[in-house]
Amino acid sequence: MSLLGFCEWLASTEWSTALHESLYAYPLVETTHVLSLLLFVGTLSVVDLRLLGWVLRDVPVSEVTARLLPWTFTGLAISLVTGSLLFFAIPVRTYQSLFFRIKVVMLLVAALNAALFHRVTSRGAPAWDRDPTPPLRARAAGAVSLVAWVTVIAMGRMIAYNWFDCDRQPQPDLVNWAAGCILP
Amino acid sequence: MTLLELFERLEASAVGSAIRDSLWLFPVIEAVHLLGLALLGGAVLVVDLRLLGAGLTGRPLAYVAAQLEPWLLGAVAVMVTTGVPLFLSEAVKCYHSDAFRLKMVALALALAFTFGVRNRVAKARPALTPWRARAVGTCSLALWLTVAAAGRWIGFS
Repeated sequence: MSLLGFCEWLASTEWSTALHESLYAYPLVETTHVLSLLLFVGTLSVVDLRLLGWVLRDVPVSEVTARLLPWTFTGLAISLVTGSLLFFAIPVRTYQSLFFRIKVVMLLVAALNAALFHRVTSRGAPAWDRDPTPPLRARAAGAVSLVAWVTVIAMGRMIAYNWFDCDRQPQPDLVNWAAGCILP
Repeated sequence: MTLLELFERLEASAVGSAIRDSLWLFPVIEAVHLLGLALLGGAVLVVDLRLLGAGLTGRPLAYVAAQLEPWLLGAVAVMVTTGVPLFLSEAVKCYHSDAFRLKMVALALALAFTFGVRNRVAKARPALTPWRARAVGTCSLALWLTVAAAGRWIGFS
């Protein structure tokens, strides 16, 4: 089954329609998704700002990550659960949303960046752990993370707008290709 | 002039009209407003977590609060400079929105509590007893979460 076929099947389930059409459940899930951002990206941005050497400069990087990242992951878990529910409620349109697709790409960029950073730091506290301003590659990791999450949040908000939806034609070929629109 | 008339005038203002007439302005300002929220979340939560006995527990509360204060002020500045134009573009809708009214009351309380109480007691000597610190952290969290949730709910009304 293609991904689009899978999304069409999801949309045909009773639970998907029920969540989409619910008076309170959908707004509540969406509000929780937005609130989880405070915990998730909020704590993560403090970690990134420490990597850039812009805050908590006297605190070792390993202490900041050890104390704050558990909260980041708690927020991430809430974001993922509520985000999946939001996708489940409106699967086909979301799958073919240009903004959603850019968001997913930036999520992958953020995940890759975090995995690379973890590979460096997982072998114990790095030599620059106590440096008020970490070396360039650590600052770069913080900057890439911030840019990626800024894009994820902005694109996430834009999913609500239908400017590039497949049922609004004509669109430039590039838009239709990137959004995966199937034209008759 | 009644409050409704004032809101009608604000909605008719040049900034309000310009945002309504543009396809892109409202979403872009809204996205920046949301980014400000993420930063605000970090700046508020890291101090509140410390008050609750979590997060950066190895550092004095006064230090954590002082470190995050400039970021908190920056985030509030972003929220206000984007929030005011958003409001101007749909002031009459906001007038009739319970969520907007709740948000404004909670916002006033959150700002007064954060800068008038929380940040002052965070820097006080001797340091707060753990239970008082927890109470202050809980109040701050509850107020800011109400602001954020009510803010999202304006869009549903």
